[in-house]
Amino acid sequence: MTRAGGFILAAAALTLPLWLPSAYHLHVAIMAGIFAVLAMSLNLLLGYTGQLSLGHTAFFGIGAYTSALLTLKLEWSFWPALATAAALAGAAGFLIGRLALKLRGAYFVLVTISFAGVIALVSVNWIELTNGPLGLPGVPAPELGSWSLRTKTAYYYLVLASVGLSYLVCRRLVRSRIGRALVALRENEPLAESVGVDVTHYLVLATVVSAAMAGLGGVLYAHYTRFVSPEVFLFTYTVTMVIMVVAGGKGTLAGPLVGAVLFTVLPEALRAATSWQWQMLAYGVLLVLLVFFLPRGIVPRLSAVVAARRPEPAAPAPRA
Amino acid sequence: MLAVRDLAVRFGGVTALESVSFDVRVGSITSVIGPNGAGKTTAFNAITGYLRPSGGRVTYDGAALTGLRPSAIARRGVVRTFQKTSVFPALSVEDNVLTGLHLRSTAGFFAVLAARRRLAAEERALAAEAAAIIDFVGLGHRRREVASALPYGEQRLVELAVALAARPRVLLLDEPGAGMTGSEKTVVSGLIRRIREQGVTVLLVEHDMRMVMGISDTVIVLNGGRVIAEGAPAAIQAHPEVIRAYLGASAASA
Repeated sequence: MTRAGGFILAAAALTLPLWLPSAYHLHVAIMAGIFAVLAMSLNLLLGYTGQLSLGHTAFFGIGAYTSALLTLKLEWSFWPALATAAALAGAAGFLIGRLALKLRGAYFVLVTISFAGVIALVSVNWIELTNGPLGLPGVPAPELGSWSLRTKTAYYYLVLASVGLSYLVCRRLVRSRIGRALVALRENEPLAESVGVDVTHYLVLATVVSAAMAGLGGVLYAHYTRFVSPEVFLFTYTVTMVIMVVAGGKGTLAGPLVGAVLFTVLPEALRAATSWQWQMLAYGVLLVLLVFFLPRGIVPRLSAVVAARRPEPAAPAPRA
Repeated sequence: MLAVRDLAVRFGGVTALESVSFDVRVGSITSVIGPNGAGKTTAFNAITGYLRPSGGRVTYDGAALTGLRPSAIARRGVVRTFQKTSVFPALSVEDNVLTGLHLRSTAGFFAVLAARRRLAAEERALAAEAAAIIDFVGLGHRRREVASALPYGEQRLVELAVALAARPRVLLLDEPGAGMTGSEKTVVSGLIRRIREQGVTVLLVEHDMRMVMGISDTVIVLNGGRVIAEGAPAAIQAHPEVIRAYLGASAASA
């Protein structure tokens, strides 16, 4: 992405509440932002270390429940609850990272699925704490000093700031020696080890950061919908995150953002356009076409097109 | 000095290495040769931590390497390459080498997030070092190209550059000349000599006898998981057991 393009996008995002026609549109923008945080979190693992987590709802749910419980039952204010929830999700990520040490690929996927299953069962059955399937209503809106972030516009900026922070964390990590170590594990683990990359350290690090970020997404979700129930563990959320990352372009910084916006807006647009049977059909067909024609995702394809238009003698465009 | 003592590797009932001992002198080029299945690559894997030996030990400057993970062994200066070409395929040559420089950089998680000026300075220093290594192996004109798109011989040079980036004190090369043309092998032999001149001890497994005899100070012959001979190239070429076990067999099949 060029610098000018980045500025235009940032300006558009900052002024969005001013020119969106309705509160409903702003709602869609907020959901897109929350999913952008989740997709970036998943991308850190799937896109950079190459490990697929299908249990990301566990970290999302731990974030949502922790923050909801701390603010409801202990009457903590929002910000320390947010920090604690993200930290707790990160701690869960540490456990999974350690457990999955010797497990890669399919086994890592299974561990993460099982973990999400266990956490979901806890949320349903530990009724004294979680209120079981009835969930926790009345999660308070966050406050910033004396200013309540109850309105959609205010909440939009909170979400936008979270997206910005997550993006910055991902960008700095990915463009550092840590990011190179993560990619090395994805590309060729034995070779990475032979030059001194500590597999354990970097896989755990990536899982912790990813989990904490997903926890942040959960906090944002809980205090926006003001209600947390075991539905946060629905497998659909995981699938949606994977679709966003893969379609947007895994292993790129902008990919999850593009994917999150596209796959939050698309179902809503389809809903406005047609009946629900056709919605699902159209969604499915679009997804198949996307994967078929852009197997590496939207962002890598676009960058290849841009690179081909401005040929540099030293860097010919990679063959797509 | 890298010292291998009574190194044994068994896979179930199969003995791949049976009590192998040898020393690699500091600053030498030492070759390990032997017919296919002699246990050369197994020995490399056991020395560099990719395989846990069933017995024996490996020390470097008196400190035990046995039982350490490959990354920890690399941190102690013992770095290897692989028999099958092994690069980071989707990365450019430059990024391959930058990744190899992992141990040359120090920034941790919080330093990376804080993005202080020191971090940028470190990155610039790494980029300069990567450029120097790429020029050293003669791939300056390929710097921005994706490694997997390079011809085979050049991929092997990328692999060598990645290993050099880890600043080895002992470099283990597993068949560096395999699959190369004659002129490429000459280039690699020259590089290995220059690497040694920079104070790096080189241990290599190689099948090409002309290359082995041309550059080695010491040749170790493995057969059936045992060392059957060790000595200067000329002595090895005249060694009756070596001729019987190895050179004779390969001459007959050729």
